[in-house]
Amino acid sequence: MSNPYAKLPGWVEYGLIPLVNLAVAFLVAGLVVLLVGENPFEAAYHLINGAFGRGEYIGFTLYYATTFIFTGLAVAVAFHAGLFNIGGEGQAYVGGIGVALACLWLDQTMPWFVVFPLAIIGSALFGAAWAFLPGWLQAKRGSHIVITTIMFNFIASSLMVYLLTRVLKPLGSMSPQTRTFAEGGQLPKLDWLLSIFGLEIGTAPFNVSFLLALVAAFGVWLLIWRTKLGYEMRTMGHSPSAARYAGMSESRITVVTMMISGALAGMMALNPIMGEQGRMQLDFVQGAGFVGIAVALMGRSHPAGIIPAAVLFGVLYQGGAEISFEMPSISRDMIVIIQGLVILFAGALENMFRPAITRLFSTSSRRAAVVAQTKGA
Amino acid sequence: MDSIAIELRGIDKSFGPVHANKNINLKVRKGTIHGVIGENGAGKSTLMSILYGFYQADSGEIHVDGKQVTIRDPNAAIAAGIGMVHQHFMLVENFTVLENIMLGAEESQILNKGIAKAREELKRLEREYALEVNPDAIIEELPVGLQQRVEILKALYRRADILILDEPTGVLTPAEADHLFRVLEQLKSQGKTIILITHKLREIMAITDEVSVMRRGEMVATRKTAETSVEELAELMVGRRVLLRVEKGAANPGDVKLSVKGLTVKDGRGVTMVDNVSFDLRAGEIVGIAGVAGNGQSELLEAISGIRRAVSGDVQLNGQPVNVTGHVDPKDLRDRGLAHVPEDRHHVGLVLKFEECENAILGYHHDKRYLNGVFLNVDAIRKDAEQRIAEYDIRPPNARLKTANFSGGNQQKIVLAREMERGPDVLIIGQPTRGVDVGAIEFIHKRIIEMRDQGKAVLLVSVELDEIRALSDRILVMFAGRVVGERDPDATEGELGLLMAGVEGRKEAAE
Repeated sequence: MSNPYAKLPGWVEYGLIPLVNLAVAFLVAGLVVLLVGENPFEAAYHLINGAFGRGEYIGFTLYYATTFIFTGLAVAVAFHAGLFNIGGEGQAYVGGIGVALACLWLDQTMPWFVVFPLAIIGSALFGAAWAFLPGWLQAKRGSHIVITTIMFNFIASSLMVYLLTRVLKPLGSMSPQTRTFAEGGQLPKLDWLLSIFGLEIGTAPFNVSFLLALVAAFGVWLLIWRTKLGYEMRTMGHSPSAARYAGMSESRITVVTMMISGALAGMMALNPIMGEQGRMQLDFVQGAGFVGIAVALMGRSHPAGIIPAAVLFGVLYQGGAEISFEMPSISRDMIVIIQGLVILFAGALENMFRPAITRLFSTSSRRAAVVAQTKGA
Repeated sequence: MDSIAIELRGIDKSFGPVHANKNINLKVRKGTIHGVIGENGAGKSTLMSILYGFYQADSGEIHVDGKQVTIRDPNAAIAAGIGMVHQHFMLVENFTVLENIMLGAEESQILNKGIAKAREELKRLEREYALEVNPDAIIEELPVGLQQRVEILKALYRRADILILDEPTGVLTPAEADHLFRVLEQLKSQGKTIILITHKLREIMAITDEVSVMRRGEMVATRKTAETSVEELAELMVGRRVLLRVEKGAANPGDVKLSVKGLTVKDGRGVTMVDNVSFDLRAGEIVGIAGVAGNGQSELLEAISGIRRAVSGDVQLNGQPVNVTGHVDPKDLRDRGLAHVPEDRHHVGLVLKFEECENAILGYHHDKRYLNGVFLNVDAIRKDAEQRIAEYDIRPPNARLKTANFSGGNQQKIVLAREMERGPDVLIIGQPTRGVDVGAIEFIHKRIIEMRDQGKAVLLVSVELDEIRALSDRILVMFAGRVVGERDPDATEGELGLLMAGVEGRKEAAE
């Protein structure tokens, strides 16, 4: 009774409401396109076509989606324990060190399937280590994780500039990046997966780390809903006082959760470094850590929601690039506006249409139930 | 006398699938005290919230003094002469009485004039209704009974003719409650109409002229108080005959299971909440701790169960020391035979967003039977939960339902089932029946006595004096963090009430 949001059927809760939010976001984005003096329908065509029009485009869309699955999972895991990890950006960035070290060490002597597992471990370890510090600071010193993770993003950025200009850069090179890896440091593309559907991958960097992302999504589901640790995390996330009552150690859960979150964020680095560039460049994360927050929000912190949400953002990235290519008066910044609107309506204003939809469903269900009732609401 | 102050016609209200009020009709006569009783979730609060403008009815009419009114918000309710005294006071703690009373009725941007006027008006009200209170006192420095008086004055200042009081005695000592009733009588004699919402049948019998009973969203009966009885009202509330006082044999105390010596606990601000408390708890007895809420009972429970660190003191469980002044792992205490039903089941005893079966292992999730390595053994967890749902008659019998969707009584049964089922040596129970319907109270009381008869040591904390007297074999009374007296369960209510108010206790300590 105290809950103003009555329970809705699952398909409304997880299907209709996100779709309505998304539709409104695109509607408003369309208005913005109109304001710039362009045709929103043409923009919509380029967005869809740019994301799905060809096998190559689909490959790019899924390549971006892979990145966002990792960062989205990272944010979601922390959400479940009531922690808001804004540091995915920095954790992914530092995770790159683990990938780069594994590749630089073994790429010339070992095949990719030997280097890959080591790179996975490396990226996870470095990402986890970068998240450990804010977690530990919150657990032991009470420094709020939102503040510290933001600060650690900046520290990571400076650290990586230093490493890529002074330490990891090959002698004599002018660009802030590692040397290009040999074959052992590059992941095979998933051209065979697309060709099952009769699609050509072209130049798209869609690679095996996508499969790893799916495995990670399943792993997160297992962790959260099927392990003792996940149970403790959820207890703390919902009610810290209940966790204390049950004898769960708040500081242990905080630190461990942050490390898992950081490890997932770190694994994102595999996709651009080993899957696309074949080297570690400055700023390879490109805001994916922050997109992960939106993905986790849209996906309701559930792996089954995060995967489609990550694909949606993959569409926005890939299709958006296509819009700015085809329609010069719509710049890259317009795409950022559209992404911002999606985040705004799917995240911050998530509950805006809920009361109306709830009313719709409660009146219709009551009318069905109580025929004798003369007047509805 | 016979004119109608408030009439509700066909009030209907749903929250999604929950039909909170079904076609409610209610007539309240002018100048009477009208009781509204019902179990938790019967729809009393919803009905009163509609009357006071917090919610809008889906359909139905409200008539005040014979005229139909539309009450869209509390301002409209005040304009219609309806005032409300909430269960949890709506006062600004660091404002003075006067400032609180004029809050929202300042009349102009500059306060000077308004203050002078309010002060005068307040004096008049105090004279008229014998409601003395110092207008310049700070709210947080006033005792709860006086704070409530300020709430009443607030309503009167806004010229309320109809006063709604929502569970007004929950936070009062028996003496303060008596005083409140005298005030209400006084108001009635001045022609005010009072609606009293409560679940305490005794209060209804003591003070009301008429009483309406709600059950599951419906108004099931209205009776003249003089023509009904506690038994009839209880039956109307629950829909079946209930035992108001459970049968209980003599206690058979054995060894000391829990020994507390000189326990002192401070809260976050360094205020002493538990002050040098000592007692022994033996196997096969129920020791009740009586006291008005906020006199240290909560902190005492938390310290003993390892949730809150004590400043000093010595606690022994089964003869083994518990490190109450250092780090205590509640899990360790569970392993040593201590079970704890916390006072606040919504935030501590349960995770409301969890499925029932997930809450059924809270605190016992380390148990090997629920684990396969690091994984949860979901089958075992659900099977155990279903078994206990059957044993404790938890409804609806669905282990996968979200806990928030169970009623208060069933939520409490979930906690009790979890804590009792493992046969602990010591069971600590806080507010076993707070927010629990009458039907479930009987069940819970029986189970607690069963535990005692099995030779368990039970420590019971409750702000319901009736409950303490019905269950306990010994009663300790707490006031201002100290145990101010020990009494037999047949001590009179007056005697315990004085102790709870700190009157007798001070004398006793001085002697």
